[in-house]
Amino acid sequence: MSDGRLRVFLVDDHAMFRAGVRAELGVHVDVVGEASTVAEAVAQIGVLVPDVVLLDVHMPDGGGRAVLEAIRRSHPAVRFLALSVSDAAEDVIGLIRAGARGYVTKTISPDELAAAIRRVADGDAVFSPRLAGFVLDAFAARPDAPVADPELDQLTNREREVLRLLARGYAYKEIAKELFISIKTVETHVSNVLRKLQMSNRYELSRWAADRRLV
Amino acid sequence: MAFVVLLALNGLGALLYAIFWAILPVEPVLVPPGTPPGVVPARPKPKRRDPAKLLPFLAIGAGLLLAQSLAGWGGINAILGWLIAVIAVGAGIIWHQTSPEWRRRSEPPERVGWAGAVVGLGDRRTSLLLRFLGGTAVVAVGIISIVVLFGPNSKSGFPVILNGALLALVGSAGVALVAAPVLWRTFGQLRSEREARIREQERAELAAMVHDQVLHTLALIQRSAGDTKAVQRLARGQERMLRNWLYKPTGSPTEQFAAALEEAAAEVEDTYAIQVETVVVGDREVDERLGALVAATREAMVNAARHAKVQTVSLYAEVEPEQVSVFVRDRGTGFDLSTVEDHRHGVRGSIIGRMRRHGGKAEIRSEPGEGTEVRLTLSVSKEES
Repeated sequence: MSDGRLRVFLVDDHAMFRAGVRAELGVHVDVVGEASTVAEAVAQIGVLVPDVVLLDVHMPDGGGRAVLEAIRRSHPAVRFLALSVSDAAEDVIGLIRAGARGYVTKTISPDELAAAIRRVADGDAVFSPRLAGFVLDAFAARPDAPVADPELDQLTNREREVLRLLARGYAYKEIAKELFISIKTVETHVSNVLRKLQMSNRYELSRWAADRRLV
Repeated sequence: MAFVVLLALNGLGALLYAIFWAILPVEPVLVPPGTPPGVVPARPKPKRRDPAKLLPFLAIGAGLLLAQSLAGWGGINAILGWLIAVIAVGAGIIWHQTSPEWRRRSEPPERVGWAGAVVGLGDRRTSLLLRFLGGTAVVAVGIISIVVLFGPNSKSGFPVILNGALLALVGSAGVALVAAPVLWRTFGQLRSEREARIREQERAELAAMVHDQVLHTLALIQRSAGDTKAVQRLARGQERMLRNWLYKPTGSPTEQFAAALEEAAAEVEDTYAIQVETVVVGDREVDERLGALVAATREAMVNAARHAKVQTVSLYAEVEPEQVSVFVRDRGTGFDLSTVEDHRHGVRGSIIGRMRRHGGKAEIRSEPGEGTEVRLTLSVSKEES
């Protein structure tokens, strides 16, 4: 858990953006290192073993996904939060399915980013409103879509409600208040949705992934 | 007429006629007779006859005349000579059309538009093929004639013609075999040229977009660097434009609900220099009632932008088979519904009243200091989603 300050590693090919994030996050967490290429990132993360890696989606040589795959095999405890200017469905879904525990856009405020890092470090999931919308769309009940595994391929009503509130811009605390449940329960629901997003073989998810040759 | 006169001069006229016939088609195929010049500007202009091209034919003709003079005038040998000339002319056509040099020379001298170039290329390709087939036919006719007239048993008619046709077929196949690689290479070159032109076109489009939009915005941002609001508005508008350009499938705001909502959100962003975080799940075609829902949503966003004193407004819409819901939420100052609702026309008329008129429902939740959420719901028929 987050007893000392969290150790965070930055991977982004834009030096200006790294400097900005480092300055903004400095008060909340320890930025232990940064990298601008996939190879550099893989080498340094292996040595430093940070709690959370902030990962840019779009980079040369395979992008954030290449880093994720290289590190997850050797250091499964390192958690990833994807960070991108793009909010395109296939980018988001691709990174999440590769193992990232959350996705936020680069326009996020420093406080929110720090909160998201903490949440990911604690093993929870972080969904931007738009990602919540994508998931609702992808898991929409369609009569023509056969459900192979109901446990993985469908959302429960409660999960759907939580996602709707996330998409409406509600914070976890506000969702908990709205649904008369605890914040911990909200987090559990979101983590379950993340697991389904990573494991499900629903057609829409596979298609997004296949479009980018991510499977 | 001159040719008829020349015909008297023992074959020379016929030979020349054949030569001119071989040279001339280059023009009429490219520009059909009677087409006034300039009607189809994309097409290459007809080339003037190149005297150098006549040389091989003149050489052939001279050779034939020499052969004829050696063998004696008239009779069978003269006919044979003419037929050989016909074959030579046919082969000449094929050789002539597939020569890469000719192809390069007939390239349109001026840069033409992409669409025009494609049309031009298509035309040229067709005419190339036609001329190739024509040349082959001429060669075949010549060979058949020779076989029929000078074959071993020229007495019997039909089998000999059949024989000749077979022979011609073999001959044509041979010619095709010889010409095929050249032809294939020509087509390959044309194809790659067209692809290059398309790429060039795309690059030009991107350059134009960057120039008109991005550079322009950057210049404006530099000029209004002191005005934070203006800079934010410019940056957001540009970001949205680039995003649409990169990712969005084009949906018309007058047809699709999601596109209409996104357009309304963009308008509010531009007018009030705030950010509207838009999430739309599902989509359906816009009808009059959905249009009203979009208008009410727009009003709710405008209210949030004007009164909530926040930078960000959340817009969430979900299209379900039997219901469309929209949520506009801000974390701003909020207000006490009982005190302001009477004189706020925006809320009463444009949101609640409008939704009621179209059989929908509007619900407003607000508390001072807690922000505001406007919830709009409209039940719809299930026909399509």
